[in-house]
Amino acid sequence: MALKLTDYKTDVHNDWCPGCGDFGIVNALQMALAEMGIERDKATIFSGIGCSGKTSHFINTYGVHTLHGRVLTFAQGAKLANPDMTVVAVGGDGDGLGIGAGHFVGAGRRNIDMTYIIFDNGVYGLTKGQASPTLKLGEKTKSLPSPNTNSNVNPIGLAVVSGFTFIARGYSYDVRHLKDLIVKAVKHKGLSFLDVLQPCPTYNDINTRDWYAGVDLAQESMERHSRIYKLEDTNFDPTVNYADEVEVNEKLSQALIKSLEWGDKIPTGVFYQNELVSPFSTRLIDKIPNYLENPPAKQIISENGLPNTDISKILDSLNV
Amino acid sequence: MNTDFTWLIGGPQGSGVESAANIFSKVCAQMGYQIFGKREFYSNIKGEHSYFTVRVSDQNIHSNVNDVNLMVSFDAETIFRHFDEISSNGGIIYDSELENTDTGRVGTLDEPFKERLHKLLESKNKPFTIAGVLEVAKEKGVKLYPVSFKSLLQTLSEEVDNPRLRGLVRMYNILGVSLSLGLIKMPSNSLVDSIDDTFSKKPQVAEINKQAASFSYNYASSTFENFDHVLTGVPKQPNTILVQGHFGTSLGKMVSGCRFQSYYPITPASDESVYLESNEILEIENDRPGSIIVIQTEDEISAIGMMIGAALTGTRSSTSTSGPGFALMTEALGWAGINEVAVVITLYQRSGPSTGLPTRHGQDDLLFTVFAGCGDFPKIVYASGDIEESFYDTGNCFNYADEYQIPVIHMMDKFLSSSVVTCKKFNPKKISINRGKLLDKVEGEYKRFAFTDDGISPRSKLGMDNGVFWNTGDESDEYGHITEDPQIRIKMMDKRMSRLDLALKTIPVSDQAISFGIHDYTIISWGSTKGPILDAQTMLKKEGIDIGFIQIKLLHPFPTEYVKSLVKDAKVLIDIEANHSGQLGKIFKQNITRDIDYYILKYTGRGMTSTEIYDSLKKIVENKSSKREILSHGA
Repeated sequence: MALKLTDYKTDVHNDWCPGCGDFGIVNALQMALAEMGIERDKATIFSGIGCSGKTSHFINTYGVHTLHGRVLTFAQGAKLANPDMTVVAVGGDGDGLGIGAGHFVGAGRRNIDMTYIIFDNGVYGLTKGQASPTLKLGEKTKSLPSPNTNSNVNPIGLAVVSGFTFIARGYSYDVRHLKDLIVKAVKHKGLSFLDVLQPCPTYNDINTRDWYAGVDLAQESMERHSRIYKLEDTNFDPTVNYADEVEVNEKLSQALIKSLEWGDKIPTGVFYQNELVSPFSTRLIDKIPNYLENPPAKQIISENGLPNTDISKILDSLNV
Repeated sequence: MNTDFTWLIGGPQGSGVESAANIFSKVCAQMGYQIFGKREFYSNIKGEHSYFTVRVSDQNIHSNVNDVNLMVSFDAETIFRHFDEISSNGGIIYDSELENTDTGRVGTLDEPFKERLHKLLESKNKPFTIAGVLEVAKEKGVKLYPVSFKSLLQTLSEEVDNPRLRGLVRMYNILGVSLSLGLIKMPSNSLVDSIDDTFSKKPQVAEINKQAASFSYNYASSTFENFDHVLTGVPKQPNTILVQGHFGTSLGKMVSGCRFQSYYPITPASDESVYLESNEILEIENDRPGSIIVIQTEDEISAIGMMIGAALTGTRSSTSTSGPGFALMTEALGWAGINEVAVVITLYQRSGPSTGLPTRHGQDDLLFTVFAGCGDFPKIVYASGDIEESFYDTGNCFNYADEYQIPVIHMMDKFLSSSVVTCKKFNPKKISINRGKLLDKVEGEYKRFAFTDDGISPRSKLGMDNGVFWNTGDESDEYGHITEDPQIRIKMMDKRMSRLDLALKTIPVSDQAISFGIHDYTIISWGSTKGPILDAQTMLKKEGIDIGFIQIKLLHPFPTEYVKSLVKDAKVLIDIEANHSGQLGKIFKQNITRDIDYYILKYTGRGMTSTEIYDSLKKIVENKSSKREILSHGA
């Protein structure tokens, strides 16, 4: 029986603030799972800590709400042990780019086949609006005592230099586009990163829904002035087609340059995709040829309560 | 006369001290002797002083002793640091080219040591040179066997017509071990075999080394005279293996079905992970495929996170670390606790705090481990006393994790990890595998944290048909969804904590603590002090002094009732531990509400010898001891 969108929803009460950008992301994720027809018990949503961390409770698949900053570590371990599962990790920008930045870089180097979505809103919402890693230097959101004294992290840029092989940005109020990006990210063979701009209506009074819509730019005119635009509507080609260093470097540089665009024009869509980099499973298969058919979670380790591992060769080599 | 012989080889780190000691150990083991070897080294790659002591006996031994019977050295530092450890009927084989070297020439001798040495030499009116310290040794009765390592190689290179041998300094270690074996008249055929084993991947190197070995062996046996110790071999004990420290837990993990290990490099724990990765393809009965995935992570937080993620898929999963790494893991440890995840953390302790003495021994982390993590959650802390035990204990730890759905910390230490010992061949069939309430399939509605009579819920695994569940580090309801309901909170806390009682009720008492006899004077201890305590107990018994000993293996939950029943007939309690504050003593007092009468403690970072424990126990029995006996033997 085909799964419907509602099959991916739990009846857990959602306590996000009215108008929160997070709703769009969880909807897009549920739509993407439904569109791909992934069985509920063949997917696990891992989440970090903060408002976004509650996401896993709203989705009716396996859900693992982990620790602040550590979501990628749990997700990678599970995917390595059971590679048949679809794994999506989610978390806030403070979670992934502040306390968890080391794991972000570490994960990039491994290129395990899974998806990481950052709910990017510039503030630590659940602790009442402190500046988070993506808030720009000098900006003062409403609960900051004084303007932000730190420069911001560039999430797309960090993903580029860390080795992520699918890098995209979505906008939480463009749910259909975001759903398409999630589908692409999940289908990508390797580690995917999705930076989702997600206005926090309670604490971020700078990057608001109206601001992204360009209401301030519109003035008297009736034209659309949305700051958000889609890379696929331009002649931007994010995909690496040949395992050729020159092409790879060009595409990486182009993604990095594009990631610096901010202000009146903010790009969304796919910045970079390279399926020619070996996913981690391939690197394991080089050492353990039957890894995918016989991953850790599928191995039989005992027979009638006794171990079936035979270490007699090793023990014999230790004989005196 | 029984054989009880201790050999010491030292040299700069990177000069092959360890391979020489491995060859010596192998040769002696093959000649039927029991071995207890131990490596000491600095936190350094090349140049600092490292040494290896190998005790050889025809009896069962479990420790080192203070006296060294034969020292071989090809550098000056070894002689400066160890000359006073040589017993009066012992010997020193040394490089005669070094005689005039003074302490100022050895840059790696630190000032505090030099000061102590100079004071000693001054008092005996000797120069601050190798010749000076050797005279001190000689006056004590130690026999000196000078040999020029340079000339030895020179003569050899002429004899076998191989000019490459001349000046090949990195062969000094082979010369040292071969001279030693020649001096004690150990039959030489096993020396050649053992070199073949050691260099099995480099036949050319093996050939040169064999030539050098035979030549120096013959040189020693024909030139050196009047040595009191002759070891010509004893009947082999059947079923004996020669193992290094981490083999117990490494092989234990393979056999127990651990199929995922994540780790971040740290001394002395990473040897285990590297060994597991080197053996990642496993042999499984009936030609089944088998493998263990070993992942080096970006830090210890990632190591524990990945391990937990893997464990949630139903895979037996583990990580291996030392104190500083474990400190980083404690937040996630609590997550494993509240989410009832079955994981095993192998904790190879070293000397802290912070980086402490990073390559030295310590049992400093007992209290920290028992109390690790914020919040109240159940865990099991289990400690092994020797390498052989650690193999079977690894099996127990995985079973505890699965049966009680609880994180288990298996405590090991540096003393164990850098030992090389003979022991009974491990028997994998003595390990059982019990996965507790891990499900094969789920039918109907499923609640991961369902309330049950025994406090343990049937466990699904990520990716299993119909087994969808949720986890959270927040308090949760039976499904695993967040709750802050006060009544559910009580039930959930009670459910989780109840498994501590369950563990105490269901783990056989013989696995909780081991009694090696109870007498008026009885020792309580835990972990690797077991070996030297057993040997000291035997030494005292020979003098008609009976000392009891209880080795406590289950440190948390503490087996209060069982230990209470054991100590009730003991009049004087002695706590022996390698830490400053007598940490087991504190736990003991808290649970048994009885005072410890004496402490024997060591926190120099060097392992205890049976001699030291014997001396301290004797003082206690003779009523000449202070409440805290602090041990300090070892360079």
